[in-house]
Amino acid sequence: MKAPQNKWVIATIAMALLLTTPLWVLVSFLFEPGNENWHHLVDNLLPEYIINSLWLMLGVSIGTLTLGLSTAWLISQYDFFGKKVLHWALLLPLAMPAYIIAYTYTGLLEFEGPVQSFLRTLFSAQTVNLWFPEIRSLPGAIVMLSLVLYPYVYLLARTAFSGNTQQVIHASRTLGAGPYRRFFKVALPMARPAVVAGLTLALMETLADFGTVQYFGVPTFTTGIYRTWTGFGDTTTTAQLSLILLVFVTILIAIELWSRKKAEYFSQGNKSDTQPTPILSGLKGRLAFIICLIPVSLGFIVPAAQLLAWSIQTAETGFNAEFLTLIWNSFHLAAITALVAASIALMLAYAQRVQNRPVTRLSLRIVTLGYAIPGTVIAVAVMIPFAWLDNTVDSWMRSTFDVSTGLLLSGTLFALVFAYIFRFLSISLQTVESGLKQIKPSMDESARTLGASRWNILVKIHLPLLNRSLLVAFLLVFVEVLKELPTTLILRPFNFNTLSVRAYEMASDERLADAGLPALLIVLTGLVPVILLSKAIGKRHV
Amino acid sequence: MKHLWIGLMTVIFSLPVNASAEEVNVYSARKEQLIKSILDRFEKQSGIKVNLITGKADALLKRIESEGANTPADVLITTDAGRLHRAKTAGVLQAAITPDIEQIVPSNLQDPEHYWIGLTTRSRIIVYAKDRVQASELSTYEALSEPKWKKRLCIRSSNNIYNQSLVASMIVHQGEKATEAWAEGLVKNFARKPKGGDRDQIKAVAAGQCDIAVVNTYYLAQMLNGKDQEQRKAAEKVAVFWPNQKDRGAHINISGIAITKAAKNKDNALELIRFLLTTEAQTWYAEVNNEYPVIKEAPLSKTLKSWGEFHSDALNLNALGKHNSEAVRIMDRAGWR
Amino acid sequence: MSKLTVHQIISAHKENQVLNHIDLTLKEGEIGCLLGPSGCGKTTLLMCIAGLQPVQGGEIYLDGQLISSKNFQLATEQRNIGMVFQDYALFPHMTIEKNIAFGIPGLNRKERKQRINQLLDLVGLTGFNTRYPHELSGGQQQRIALARALAPKPDILLLDEPFSGLDVELRELLAHEVRSILKTEGITALMVTHNQNEAFAIADSVGVMKDGKLLQWDTPYNIYHQPAHPFIADFIGQGALIEGTVCDCHQVLTQLGLLKTSLPFGATIGDKVSVLVRPDDIRHNDESDWQLEVTNRAFRGSHFLFTLKLPDGEHVLCMSHSHHDHPVGTKIGIELEMDHAIAFPHQKGDTDESFTKLMENN
Repeated sequence: MKAPQNKWVIATIAMALLLTTPLWVLVSFLFEPGNENWHHLVDNLLPEYIINSLWLMLGVSIGTLTLGLSTAWLISQYDFFGKKVLHWALLLPLAMPAYIIAYTYTGLLEFEGPVQSFLRTLFSAQTVNLWFPEIRSLPGAIVMLSLVLYPYVYLLARTAFSGNTQQVIHASRTLGAGPYRRFFKVALPMARPAVVAGLTLALMETLADFGTVQYFGVPTFTTGIYRTWTGFGDTTTTAQLSLILLVFVTILIAIELWSRKKAEYFSQGNKSDTQPTPILSGLKGRLAFIICLIPVSLGFIVPAAQLLAWSIQTAETGFNAEFLTLIWNSFHLAAITALVAASIALMLAYAQRVQNRPVTRLSLRIVTLGYAIPGTVIAVAVMIPFAWLDNTVDSWMRSTFDVSTGLLLSGTLFALVFAYIFRFLSISLQTVESGLKQIKPSMDESARTLGASRWNILVKIHLPLLNRSLLVAFLLVFVEVLKELPTTLILRPFNFNTLSVRAYEMASDERLADAGLPALLIVLTGLVPVILLSKAIGKRHV
Repeated sequence: MKHLWIGLMTVIFSLPVNASAEEVNVYSARKEQLIKSILDRFEKQSGIKVNLITGKADALLKRIESEGANTPADVLITTDAGRLHRAKTAGVLQAAITPDIEQIVPSNLQDPEHYWIGLTTRSRIIVYAKDRVQASELSTYEALSEPKWKKRLCIRSSNNIYNQSLVASMIVHQGEKATEAWAEGLVKNFARKPKGGDRDQIKAVAAGQCDIAVVNTYYLAQMLNGKDQEQRKAAEKVAVFWPNQKDRGAHINISGIAITKAAKNKDNALELIRFLLTTEAQTWYAEVNNEYPVIKEAPLSKTLKSWGEFHSDALNLNALGKHNSEAVRIMDRAGWR
Repeated sequence: MSKLTVHQIISAHKENQVLNHIDLTLKEGEIGCLLGPSGCGKTTLLMCIAGLQPVQGGEIYLDGQLISSKNFQLATEQRNIGMVFQDYALFPHMTIEKNIAFGIPGLNRKERKQRINQLLDLVGLTGFNTRYPHELSGGQQQRIALARALAPKPDILLLDEPFSGLDVELRELLAHEVRSILKTEGITALMVTHNQNEAFAIADSVGVMKDGKLLQWDTPYNIYHQPAHPFIADFIGQGALIEGTVCDCHQVLTQLGLLKTSLPFGATIGDKVSVLVRPDDIRHNDESDWQLEVTNRAFRGSHFLFTLKLPDGEHVLCMSHSHHDHPVGTKIGIELEMDHAIAFPHQKGDTDESFTKLMENN
């Protein structure tokens, strides 16, 4: 009886070790002595990096929680004009890369931009200069990141506020609790694990963000890592800095785990919610509509409109058949990665369900660390072991068979997809895990008594029940890969371009107008699955 | 399920590096838009297929390093001399530039040990607001740290390689100590925290947030020739000042090319370099990207011509790479973020 | 004056009329119970009273004050109602004490403590203050849910299938307990269930609902003995409908002989009617000459329930002592013990068939 159980444990550990190869490559740098760059960094920059990163995380926490929770609450609790559309439209900012939104808002709000220039025609230049906030600043970066990352909180909180929680919220109403108490005393504590999970995703992405903070001139850990590499050409210090970043992340994950501890009691039943939600009409309805419209407008409509304007500006020269290739490249890369990530996440989460031991739990947590590591660092950490493997195989083949195999994996899409998986597995794993938790263990037990094997249970019972979680996992990774830049840039094969590479090349050359079209196409390509899937989720929900 | 996986794997592996007869593999830190069409022209003329990956210089360098002897890369193109020097130091290049190529290009724009060669040059210049600053108030890079420019200067972040190179050249000419004092003075003159790119600095000058800025020539030239009305208007509000004309000359940098140690298509690579130094290719560069050609035969773009002749720093650009780390540390200590 | 008045309530959900002109009233301290199969609208009615569901017509008054109408819906939290949910809906992140205290934030610390302990005593869970809901059994959670709902001294307590998650023995026990608690506290309550035993155990008045209509609102005794609708006769208790012919205004001729009944509205002499025969209307007596064939028998521990075949093929039920076992196929003697039969307008044959099935299931 023991052997088959160990099989799951061993498979989990093996999978985790394999997937986290890049992490071990980074850790290996820890044993190199700190050099003069390291000391220079500690003396001059590290405190600033840490302080800025902490402020950024704090700000983004407040931003994403405010936007994500208020909208999730309104959408899950009330009925009002526009809710049907806002329900999925609130997810749209997910399709907007953070650095792109930063560019568009800078274009609009900077000192030289149309908004400030217009204001200067109304008021004195001095008044405007004095009162208009500088967009390219730490607060600016917080706003930008919050606008594109709040959907994580929204998505997870919305689900957590409905279903079983809804019944308890009703109960609190019968006990005389007004909206304020219902939210803070009942709904929020109950949804806490989901909210913390969403927040963790947002914060990990914040830590990994390079484009926005770099453009806004906010020195954070990630820009520091980058600068150490490009400025000093020092891989060792770069890796060591990245590991410090991982300490931040580990703390985040520890908090998340702690918050999840009680989650099991919370998701007792899985009662679907058929009771109608109260209708907000008149002023209240309009207010709810506006509250939900704000994040959609600021996180999606306004930047998308700016991108559209830029695209039109460059339309004659901008669009050609090459874009079809770019779209196809981006799309199939994202789809493959999302599919593989969802499969792996399902296997890992299921293995943990079968064999919930400290060692499997630890394996699963380590696998999720990749999400907070900046893409550039991941790319390098993937490049090194792959090239080593290729070269080792090559030299062995040469000496034994006198055949050169050259580079087998380096510079292929395999290496790229592997890097994506390392970076984004966290998202699919979180989603699938929480989905799996909703399925009662008695379901497994009853299936086993009917003679089903573990595999059979997975395929026949869990897969159909997990449908929705898997769809969400797929969607989130798909959109992330679509937006992903640094890893793609470094690891891609010859003559292989994606939309994000094109957008970046234009933007980094300060040709924002030319970056408009590829950026808009990223958003549009990401939009299709966002809308399709949120419809699918919606249907299943009713 | 099995079919799915087989299909998946086929797609993933479907893009291996296929070795055709005549080809050259290019790792380029120059953006695809700024190089693709000239490479296409080379492909048509020579019949040699060009495979291209673009990316950031350091990443490409790292990739060549870790791919080792099996790297597919034949040539590395960068947009600054410092990175070429770094690649040379890392031992991934070979001293393959032949004399027939070297004689075309001025000697300060190439590596004396034949590792790399410049393709185009650009200068880092001072621009000033026509309505608020007189050209006579400006003189040298050094003078930018004078207190009279307090809160009047815009310059981008020290993360930027062009700033790093400029400071590296200061180190060579003035020594470390003087450079650090200069950097500290410069930081005091910043009108705002360094942010955005070179175009943003020009826009800030045009909008009145600062009076002078330090930028690369081609950014200003592109703004003047771009489709964006606002940018053109902004660029027209500023004027060009060539610094240090009375002494060493304006700081310049190159975009350059080198052949990797493991190059399997060395001859094709040399062929490519020769092509990139033809009048045809150099003219294209000058015209499309408003950069200065490295050969005299190629004409300047209209905009560059209008800025007139200038005297450039004759420092061998290897020095920029050598002093890059020092430059970064100095800027860090001076609080230049 | 009545505590709760529900007047002509209409409620619809997506073009589906769930409640169709419902009327009912509860007096102060009265315990009412709505019975009906699932989907009959009974829970919806409860939700309308709780204010968790809008009404499309009619009015609901609590203490004479309008709380729901087509154009007005007083917020649930302002109604001063208590509610016990089917799955208890206890706050999983709060202790028992905090759960109960949730509805009485207005009291000071001492009063609150007092009330909590009083309620815990009342529901027999003294000392459970600091436990968490997940540490309690289903029955205990149920009692806590009751205590929590009672804490704010609601004007009316609504119970939505409160015992459905419990095992059968516990159900009736708790139902009696809850009744005594409600009576002690003098609480007006309305419960919803599909289990008649619970309903009879707890309620002063019982209503039977079907397809969004309230068919009858009466005492448990009358609901059982004088069902106003064949569906109620069917749903409540056991029994069979047999065919009869109206003889005069007081009697109907059936296979069981001439039975005394009150006739359905509009029936005239010679009309066919359906007559309800309960198992306790027919007594088994070995001595009797009136013999009928046993077609089915069910041992119920304290008694046997025989299905007997009448000469024309109709079936009736008969209860006997548990020692009187007779195999299927034999004939047993019976006698009638029925002072007043209930007659309904004639039911179609197919109804009879499904009815028989249902009867045998009971």
